[in-house]
Amino acid sequence: MNKFRITAILIILLGLGTGYFAYQNVNSPYKLGLDLNGGTHLVYQADISELAPEDVDSSMEALRDTIENRINVLGVAEPLIQTQVAQVGGDKVHKLIVELPGVTDIDKAIEIIGQTPILEFKTATTSSVGTSTEVGFISTGLTGRLLSRATLQFDSQTQAPIVGLQFNDEGKELFAKITQENVGNVIAIFLDGRVISAPVVNESILNGEAVISGGFTPAEARDLVQNLNYGALPVPVSLIGSQTVGASLGIDALNRSMFAGLIGLGIIMVFLIVWYRLPGVIAAVSLLFYVALNLAIFKLIPVTLTSTGLAAFILSIGMAVDANILIFERMKEEINKGLSMEQAIREGFNRAWTSIRDGNLSSIITAVILFWFATSALIKGFALVFVIGVLISMFTAITVSRTLLLAIAPKHYSFLFGHGLKK
Amino acid sequence: MNIVQNRKIFYSISSVLIIASFAALFVWGLNFGIDFKGGSLVEVEYVDERPEISVLQQSLSNIQTGELSIRPTGEKGYIVRTKELTENDRSSFIKAFGPADSFEVKRSDSVGPVLGKELQIKASFSIALVLIAIILFITFVFRKVSAPVASWKYGVTAIVALAHDVIIPVGVFAVLGQFYGTEIDSLFITALLVVLGFSIHDSIVVFDRVREHLRDLAEEKIKNKNAVDEPFEITVEKSVQETLSRSINTSLTTLLALVALYIFGPEATKNFSLALFVGITAGTYSSIFLGSTLLVTLEKWQNKNKK
Repeated sequence: MNKFRITAILIILLGLGTGYFAYQNVNSPYKLGLDLNGGTHLVYQADISELAPEDVDSSMEALRDTIENRINVLGVAEPLIQTQVAQVGGDKVHKLIVELPGVTDIDKAIEIIGQTPILEFKTATTSSVGTSTEVGFISTGLTGRLLSRATLQFDSQTQAPIVGLQFNDEGKELFAKITQENVGNVIAIFLDGRVISAPVVNESILNGEAVISGGFTPAEARDLVQNLNYGALPVPVSLIGSQTVGASLGIDALNRSMFAGLIGLGIIMVFLIVWYRLPGVIAAVSLLFYVALNLAIFKLIPVTLTSTGLAAFILSIGMAVDANILIFERMKEEINKGLSMEQAIREGFNRAWTSIRDGNLSSIITAVILFWFATSALIKGFALVFVIGVLISMFTAITVSRTLLLAIAPKHYSFLFGHGLKK
Repeated sequence: MNIVQNRKIFYSISSVLIIASFAALFVWGLNFGIDFKGGSLVEVEYVDERPEISVLQQSLSNIQTGELSIRPTGEKGYIVRTKELTENDRSSFIKAFGPADSFEVKRSDSVGPVLGKELQIKASFSIALVLIAIILFITFVFRKVSAPVASWKYGVTAIVALAHDVIIPVGVFAVLGQFYGTEIDSLFITALLVVLGFSIHDSIVVFDRVREHLRDLAEEKIKNKNAVDEPFEITVEKSVQETLSRSINTSLTTLLALVALYIFGPEATKNFSLALFVGITAGTYSSIFLGSTLLVTLEKWQNKNKK
């Protein structure tokens, strides 16, 4: 008996410590999702149709890095940029997901990521249709993707700003081949589908260097160089989904969730105490322990909390009681069979365990599938908190409730349960 | 009250609810949210009084032709749904709400067809996956229980109960969608999956008790060859009665948490908590009145066929 009392005191102290850790929000704040904190969530689809299959992964990686660099330059706190492959029908969709906490102006966010300046080199062909001559352009496969660097230069004679291009090895070879085959012909340089320069090739260029003299103003030339260097995304992207939550809506959602959680917790504790008397008090204490432990784990992992995650937590508070209820109901039966108090407690726990285990396993299976199903941070947040909740509820029921019950197991049954006992 | 004996009453109640749900589903269909069908949603709140819907409708339809749904929210806000807005359309669309300082954009969502398709596929897959996982799980857990009802039959009854628990919230949301514009979104699917898990949890507790009694009876039989066979019906009735207060109390605490979330919680999780509430209520009903009673019915059919 004393052994249980000492353990019980230790558990309570541990619970208080955990509670304090969960409560103080200064040193280790909770991580809040965009929907509670305000921010923007953007989903881009990468167009990989021009890439060789073996280049897709590395290009997506490069795309991620480029966008990350650009966002870092702009100083957004804790952005999240990740690539994802989704199977839609028979097609693989390569997605780039960008989360910008605190950025609620969606146009600005899109601007941050920017449009891909698509630089393409095309050869010109002429064909006569009737009396008029039509000029057509043929893609050469040489694009901004094969660029290693762009520089701002000034023409030595006219002092006009020009843009110097340096291709990477692959681009160098391709450029050499194109210029060789097109001496005397026009090669048009397209930026975002618009011809910005159409020089005639005088001789083949083998060193992989080229200049664009497009009649730029110095500012235009500088912007182009910058975009080509930092902005030229390795893969063209298009926005296929976006979500913005204003900060005020987020704070409101957070406050309401916390309030709802407190009310829910309060009602459940009152219910437990009224219905189960002393064991109810123990279940209520164990429930507080459950809440503290959950919150502490949210901080430690850390779990990004969303409105749905908090909903899962509130739901799990209701469900966490289940193990206790199973055990108490079982104990009542064992007492009615004539077992002693301590035996009844032990039997109650042992016999209820298979139900607790099997029942919770089914919840865990559901949550794991949910986590996989999750197409959004909202559902992922729900599934994660739900799984953590189920695991912790099993733990607190068999450790905390059990120890506390054994520690204060009274001699008089009637004190223990309000009703449900045969006198 | 004897639950197993009165099972026909409970079957009838469930049948009526299921038929009504199917009727609602076929007559009105489901009102899918933009995350399924693609489109854009903008929620704004005006600083002062909000303009009349017709005024806003006029102003917005100048920018965006096609389907436009405007619903008031709160005291000063509107939620507007349209087909997907392109990046360029969005800013002019938002300008059409009024002078820039007269309102605040609280939320804006845009879902392209690719994402909608992805969600549809994933949603159907995960529901199928959960169902399969649950049948396998139950069959596995109850693999040692074979008499008088084979273990896979526990799985089958559990699935019937699960179907019941899912069809009813779907029916309720078909009605709500028709009359209040309530939408089926990815959170609704999440709620359904949680209901599946919860309801199976409830059924397992009852089945577990049946399993325990069957084991005790078998032991009794070994000890005492002359022991009288207890009819399966009695065993099940005993199990249901013994787990009754547990089933009700657990659901009650969960429902209390959900009511708190529905009343005091944020707008974002209101429909979610409602779907869970309906589903878990149906789940509690089915685990008490449907799952185990169906076991008895199955056993009776089995015996009839033997004779």
